[in-house]
Amino acid sequence: MPHVLVVYTDDEPGVLTRVASLFRRRGFNIHSLTVGPTERSRQSRMTIVVDAEESTVRLAVEHLKKQVSVLEVQQLGDRPKVVRDLALIRVAAGLDVRSEILQLAQVFRANVVDIAGDSLAIECTGGPDKIDALVDALRPFGILELGRTGAVAMARGIRASPQSRPVAAPQPASNQAMSV
Amino acid sequence: MSQAGTHTGAQLIWECLTREGVATVFGYPGGAILPTYDAMVDFPIRHVLVRHEQSAVHMADGYARASGRVGVVVATSGPGATNLVTGLATAMMDSTPLVAITGQVGSGVLGTDAFQEVDITGITLPVTKHNYLVTRAADIVPVLREAFAVAKSGRPGPVLVDITKDAQQGRADMDWEAAEPIRHLRHLPPPLDPEALARALDLIRHAKRPIILAGHGIQMSGARAEVLALAERADIPFALTLLGLGAVPATHPLSLGMMGMHGEAWVNRAIQEADLLLAFGMRFDDRVTGKLKEYAPHAKKIHIDIDASELGKNVPVDVAIAGDLLTVLRALLPDVPVADRSKWLKQIRSWRGDSAVRDIKNLPDEGHLYAAHVMHDLWRLTEGKAVVVTDVGQHQMWEAQYYHHDAERSLITSGGAGTMGFALPAAIGAKLARPEAEVWVVAGDGGFQMTFAELMTAVQEGVKVNIAIINNGFLGMVRQWQALFYEGRYAATPILSPDFVKLAGAFGIHGQRVDTRAELAGAVAEARAAEGAALIEFRVEQEDSVYPMVPAGAALHEMIRRPNAKAGASAIAETGSDPV
Repeated sequence: MPHVLVVYTDDEPGVLTRVASLFRRRGFNIHSLTVGPTERSRQSRMTIVVDAEESTVRLAVEHLKKQVSVLEVQQLGDRPKVVRDLALIRVAAGLDVRSEILQLAQVFRANVVDIAGDSLAIECTGGPDKIDALVDALRPFGILELGRTGAVAMARGIRASPQSRPVAAPQPASNQAMSV
Repeated sequence: MSQAGTHTGAQLIWECLTREGVATVFGYPGGAILPTYDAMVDFPIRHVLVRHEQSAVHMADGYARASGRVGVVVATSGPGATNLVTGLATAMMDSTPLVAITGQVGSGVLGTDAFQEVDITGITLPVTKHNYLVTRAADIVPVLREAFAVAKSGRPGPVLVDITKDAQQGRADMDWEAAEPIRHLRHLPPPLDPEALARALDLIRHAKRPIILAGHGIQMSGARAEVLALAERADIPFALTLLGLGAVPATHPLSLGMMGMHGEAWVNRAIQEADLLLAFGMRFDDRVTGKLKEYAPHAKKIHIDIDASELGKNVPVDVAIAGDLLTVLRALLPDVPVADRSKWLKQIRSWRGDSAVRDIKNLPDEGHLYAAHVMHDLWRLTEGKAVVVTDVGQHQMWEAQYYHHDAERSLITSGGAGTMGFALPAAIGAKLARPEAEVWVVAGDGGFQMTFAELMTAVQEGVKVNIAIINNGFLGMVRQWQALFYEGRYAATPILSPDFVKLAGAFGIHGQRVDTRAELAGAVAEARAAEGAALIEFRVEQEDSVYPMVPAGAALHEMIRRPNAKAGASAIAETGSDPV
């Protein structure tokens, strides 16, 4: 069963390698991993979707917490959450089916971001299920290229982590240049 | 390269080390670390020149384990750095605090496959607690301070700091206070959960057949007195892991001895019959549990360890407490009820049964020399007071069975990694950490040949270690497995050795050969009296095996027992209580 983890780390070279290496060597199966900047300067935020048993996920969380560069790990678990994925889909679209595809895109509130002679590129944002459904719907037309970002997640409601800090609070001085 | 600053990067390295209290480092120079070596001579540092970088890490490891301080290694880039890997993995598995400093090619050519460039931070990522690549002199102080803090804090471990040549040559100010490390504080154990403590106390109160599983964490936490207080107060016997030997005294009346693959049969049986296990600073390694599905099936389990990722990893537990053992036990102790569990203790004693008679130690010598005799006699002759550093294999298990360690930090051995070649260098490190201690190397003929070049290091540094080579002409433990599980096909296990006495002579140290038990005491006395390092080759029974044994994958109670001793064997002694 997929579990969603949100991990705050120092923004420094090598953190992604550390996390990926940890998951690899402990045999935790990553479904998706996204990383990007966050509300705090000099920190990164990862959303990791792990395919594993509850007990395995607990161990993964404890291992993550041991990493020097990791500030905080949230296991979203059953909490209400927003999970979003972005997909770019290039689909074969001859003139005969073009309007049909455009209609489909509309139903999914997806945008057409590029039009070529015989294909369309569609951008769609949403929960992984919605994107899976759009991909399935487009498949009969011929998907030429598909790229997905993997999930970015956030718990609904206020931030309820023990280490929760408002953005304006003083940041711990982190030595940005010092780690790989 | 910045020209401003009070110090060169190289000077900052030694400034930091001396402020961290480091007086001894183990290393090997080379191109990319040359600026650092050049600066070293101006600092009060004893540098131990090794013969191979792997040994430098083992020495620092032995130094750290013997003293509780952080061991420090220095090496150059490329092959110098890659040679550290086995040592780092060894330290990582056994939670030894180390800081390894490596030189790296200049930052301008990083990533270009420059001469002696390797990505050592990439290579050592899984075998270090953390590692760093430093490319600016200004980062050296904060990184090194953090490296020491990380190495020591929580569950200790090795940290590698890779410093480019231009960072060593560049300049920066020494600002010690501004570099106060804080990131390791993120990972301190959470506050104790009173509810978990209450549940633990409840389990202890109701247990009829409890056993303490005493691990390495007891020594690292400094919780010996508290463990003993709990055991005595609640009348609970303790079994020890290999790395736990010495954490609590072997000759204590509640001590059962070692558990696991080569633990005594009655100890493993007691674990299988127990109704409560109190796991203190141990991690339920497969060598300890045997077949997990059938491990201690009747027992509730309380697991206390500073590393939360160990809780529930191998064995599901009823109460898991992540915390420093000393802190947890101090919180528990006042409420641990005084109890009398003599019935349970008597039961365990009865399971010991004929073990003493089966004990190989009681085999008549009849001209044969058994490794068990060597260990037993060495224990008696040194009055159990030596620091013994063992290699890996049969001799390691015999040492664990027959040398009864009462003192903390008196057994140093590669447990988790099982690294052959560990003993001699680690013993040199241990002796340098504790010059007043009598240090013995116990190694097999195989493992000793992996790192014996370090004999010259011992000579050059004037380090007095006594060396017992248990020579059976085989890679004995592998041979034992071949005998038991591979139909006796001895593939690649017979091993020739040089003439060890002549070898000792070539290194200029005392050397002796022992073929019979009668010669043993005299040889040990001579080795102890010899000035400088001394070596004894014990030519022992060639195809002797370590018993009892839980075959890999079997349950703890499915042990292969010792063969019955020959008729006439004298049941002189019971393990753990043989009067000296």
